[in-house]
Amino acid sequence: MVIELTVLDLALAALLILALAGVSLRLGLGIGQRLVVSAARTTIQLLLIGLVLKLLFDNVHFLWVAAMAAVMITAAGREVMARQKRRFVGWWGFGLGTLSMFVSSFTVSVLALLVVIGNTPWYTPQYAIPLLGMVLGNTMNGIALGLDRLTHEASTRRAVLEARLALGQDWDETIADTRREAIRVGMIPIINAMAAAGIVSLPGMMTGQILAGTPPVEAVKYQILVMFLIAGGTGFGTVVAVSLGARRLFDERQRLRLDRLHTSAD
Amino acid sequence: MPTLSLQQLRTRHVGPIDLDIAAGECVCIRGASGSGKSLLLRAIADLDPHAGAAVLDGRACASMPGPAWRRQVALVMAEGQWWADRVGEHFPGGCTPAWLDRLGLPADALGWQVARCSTGERQRLALLRTLMQQPAVLLLDEPTGNLDEDSTARVEALLGDYRREHAAALLWVSHDPRQAARVAQRRFVLEDDRLVEEGEEDGGEAASVGHARSLGAGDAAW
Repeated sequence: MVIELTVLDLALAALLILALAGVSLRLGLGIGQRLVVSAARTTIQLLLIGLVLKLLFDNVHFLWVAAMAAVMITAAGREVMARQKRRFVGWWGFGLGTLSMFVSSFTVSVLALLVVIGNTPWYTPQYAIPLLGMVLGNTMNGIALGLDRLTHEASTRRAVLEARLALGQDWDETIADTRREAIRVGMIPIINAMAAAGIVSLPGMMTGQILAGTPPVEAVKYQILVMFLIAGGTGFGTVVAVSLGARRLFDERQRLRLDRLHTSAD
Repeated sequence: MPTLSLQQLRTRHVGPIDLDIAAGECVCIRGASGSGKSLLLRAIADLDPHAGAAVLDGRACASMPGPAWRRQVALVMAEGQWWADRVGEHFPGGCTPAWLDRLGLPADALGWQVARCSTGERQRLALLRTLMQQPAVLLLDEPTGNLDEDSTARVEALLGDYRREHAAALLWVSHDPRQAARVAQRRFVLEDDRLVEEGEEDGGEAASVGHARSLGAGDAAW
């Protein structure tokens, strides 16, 4: 049903990357090398995950699926941290995003697998891993955006926040505007994606299923499910991460503690 | 019984500082820029981590929540900050019209847009914003720094009356020795991270203070 791709097919597509790198060199964009390295990473990482998934599908066991999920969530937590210009010092830098993703993406995915899809066993990796991957990828974006906005605003508007504290406002009232804005920023991409889905963009999962021969309406139903899961995961994940982060900006005496952030090199 | 008592207060390079300010008393502090005057005020308001204790009428800062302490021991920063569009939104309980009038501000000032206020207007409004909370202690960081002579006199008069009527303790940072002489009962210099009392009655100490200052405390960095 699926037309198999040969190495030659992929090599032809890779010519596009090389051509683009050539243009970059010609125009002095200075991103040619990064482009080629990224393309190489994509190839290697995806080939590896293909092998891992093949192994996983051949040996369905809860522990293997759980281990895979743990690796994915750890990688996502690292990615959230790497994207922060100002990150929390110590374990909070890694833990904040990771915990929030665990709370939201994990819960949402497990809920969907158990209640909505209802496969036996519920952790069937063909469903569990892609589902978690999609929810996780988007939640990661939302959390990274939200946290970045929160710490950026707190740093640049420090004087205002401290003036409010000096007037006797408590931390919650002081940070409320900033927190609201940060949560909004984290949630807007998925809201926009839902609004544009089908009209401007054909979501990747649905497209993939259609390419694989699934009837379009079935593929669309799955896509709607996934969209809602992603929205739920991103929304709740961002709320949790930004709320915890906002609390962490203040200490037990309700002082603004920007020394709990450090600015990354770039 | 002193209203505000600082006991071995230390913050970053400043301190340890011991100082009692009685109810109804005004104490002035001056010092070179960078000497840590603002840091000291921030520590007293418990906005920065610090060692030692600050005690208000026998109640230690550490024994009450931060916001409760800061409502009682109110810091008025040198640069007033505004977060909403209109002045009035920063006055949850409104503002006593008489106070506006005494600072030379019209009664409709609360309806102004913050962005259209002058620096001097904002400084006076920021002071009133804090006074409306009726704090027991006022920590004033250059409260007349952006004001002309007339407004400065108005602010000094209003703060003097507030101090007497509410038996409030004032800790006033000013770079102007004449202002310090006008408003304060006791005056200190913050240098080499310590408070040194100034005063005519103690010529020897004042002289040594002047000597130390001339040796270049002015470029103290932090």
